[in-house]
Amino acid sequence: MNEALLEEKDVAVERRFEPKAKDIDDEISWAQINVDVLRSLERPRLLYWVIFFGSLALFMYGVYCEIYQYRNGLGAADLENPQVWGLYIATFIFWIGMSHSGTLLSAILLIMHADWRKPIYRFAEAMTTFSLMTAGLFVLVHLGRVWQFYYVVAYPNERWTWPNFSSPLVWDATAIGSYLTTSVIFLFFGMIPDLAICRDNATGYRRTFYRLMSMGWRGTDRQWSNFRVTYLTLACLLIPLAVSVHSIVATDFAVSQQPGWHTTSFPPYFVAGALYSGCAAIITLFIVLRYTFRFEKYMTIPILEKLCKLTFAISMVWTYLNLIEYAAVWYGTDPVAKQALVFRATGTYAGWWWAMNFFASVLPFTLTWKRLRTNIPIMLVVSVLLNFGMWDERFMIVTPTFAHGYYPWTWTQGWWPNWVQLGIVMGSFGWFNMLFMLFCKIFPSVSMYEVKEMVYHRREARKTIESLQPSLDP
Amino acid sequence: MSKRSHILALFGDFDKATHTIEALRDATIPGFKMRDVTLKSPIDHPECSDALGRRPVYIQIFSLLGAVLGSGLGFLGISSAQANFLRQQRGFFPIVPIPPDMVITYELFILGAVFFTITACLVMWRIHRVKTDLYDVQISLDKIGILVEADPQAIARLREIFTAHHALEISETN
Repeated sequence: MNEALLEEKDVAVERRFEPKAKDIDDEISWAQINVDVLRSLERPRLLYWVIFFGSLALFMYGVYCEIYQYRNGLGAADLENPQVWGLYIATFIFWIGMSHSGTLLSAILLIMHADWRKPIYRFAEAMTTFSLMTAGLFVLVHLGRVWQFYYVVAYPNERWTWPNFSSPLVWDATAIGSYLTTSVIFLFFGMIPDLAICRDNATGYRRTFYRLMSMGWRGTDRQWSNFRVTYLTLACLLIPLAVSVHSIVATDFAVSQQPGWHTTSFPPYFVAGALYSGCAAIITLFIVLRYTFRFEKYMTIPILEKLCKLTFAISMVWTYLNLIEYAAVWYGTDPVAKQALVFRATGTYAGWWWAMNFFASVLPFTLTWKRLRTNIPIMLVVSVLLNFGMWDERFMIVTPTFAHGYYPWTWTQGWWPNWVQLGIVMGSFGWFNMLFMLFCKIFPSVSMYEVKEMVYHRREARKTIESLQPSLDP
Repeated sequence: MSKRSHILALFGDFDKATHTIEALRDATIPGFKMRDVTLKSPIDHPECSDALGRRPVYIQIFSLLGAVLGSGLGFLGISSAQANFLRQQRGFFPIVPIPPDMVITYELFILGAVFFTITACLVMWRIHRVKTDLYDVQISLDKIGILVEADPQAIARLREIFTAHHALEISETN
């Protein structure tokens, strides 16, 4: 009996000290890293072109819908009181949210020295930039009168149309503008050592392009030390900026008097939702890029697992804040807000509301099962569904509230976006994918110098452990 | 001032490069100063760079300056424009609303810091000196380079030190 117990204990101890799967193979040479990543700029798989041209077609359809709306007015998109925003603002929040995970992965994890982020943060940063650009489009699209876009910018003018600085819409323009500028700088700056590698390996016009983009990078000690401090400083500046952007977007809703929106938990709720949907999008793009550019050696299963765990943790934060929001309305003193909540759960949009709760709060539990989260096709489907849930969440914030406001005349039943709105929303996905795919073809989507650092430090650590091993053995 | 020469040696690993830098530090060569040694590497290697001696980074000062200027100019710019422009009566509304202006000030605080940080970094990189540098594309691949700028009479002795430390390639310009 005792022997059996001892044996069992030995097995448990062995399992405890079983070496974990490596994030990346530390035997890979630096030259090989250059070859693998630079190859992604030359010959992607066929899937790349399928995604690119599919996205281009979607984008063109979106442009057609926008032209139709432009010529016929917002009424052509079925936007009239009380449904004045339709899908546009819901999708705007969705895209703003998507941008946050790039900051999380590159800036927050950089400060936390989580080196597993190194092979995957570059495309997450690119995702941040292109999501913000896509979100910006919806600010223009929802105006209807696109030519008057400059009204959203805070500027004094001779026509006495000074913007209302007490409105969060003005803060939005400033915050998103600052965030986009900083994100582009952060993305570009972090790429400079890799652009120098591209320069050293390119010929003809490409060499000229990369030479200009690499800003005279020679890899000197002075450049590296200034680069390190600058990159860290930019990361520190980007984090509060990212939080402020989505807090301000949440404030667009929270400072209004619409039922269900006037809650103080909205800013953290929006920020958590942003990180959540962004992390799910990173999983999707991780899987697509891994296959398309043959990045199996860099976008490894252990890294995917870590991403899944991070996404699950954030999904639980979001779920908690979502429940807090329901509780605040349910136990609050505003009967109309409570009715609006009941309307979401039982009214016209009940199916969408329950789908949101299922996809965004229940489905993430699949991420806790190792067998599921290491299965790439399943994770691709799950990550897309998680993002569908998060888009649905934004739809559920905007549309049911407009359909069940304080005045009975707003109680519209069965409003549904028409083909123009749906076309523009689909076009935005095409626009994002197209830009993202173009980026991956022109710029290295895996950070070569950081992967080299990762491999180098792990190799050195292993050598140190191996050299100490004889003295540790009894 | 006499014309200076450049010599670049490539090494296969950081250990050899570090030992070479230490040897350069210990050597007394007329026409050569340690501050004229530059390490070129495919990754950041603070331990090896430390062998060169203290080379302080002043970026943070510029970040602070940018943050102060950005927020100061942001708040003053917006509030003074509001004060000048909104002279009409607004019934109980302040002409310069402090809380909303603080939000915009906060954004400009960060934006100012970002612009100054990045500009300072590009200046500190000494891009204007790049054309005079010896460079080898192998540095961006997997080699570590040590570049020395010295008087022409010091070059022979420097070459000896590099050779003694197993430099893979040595190139020079006059």
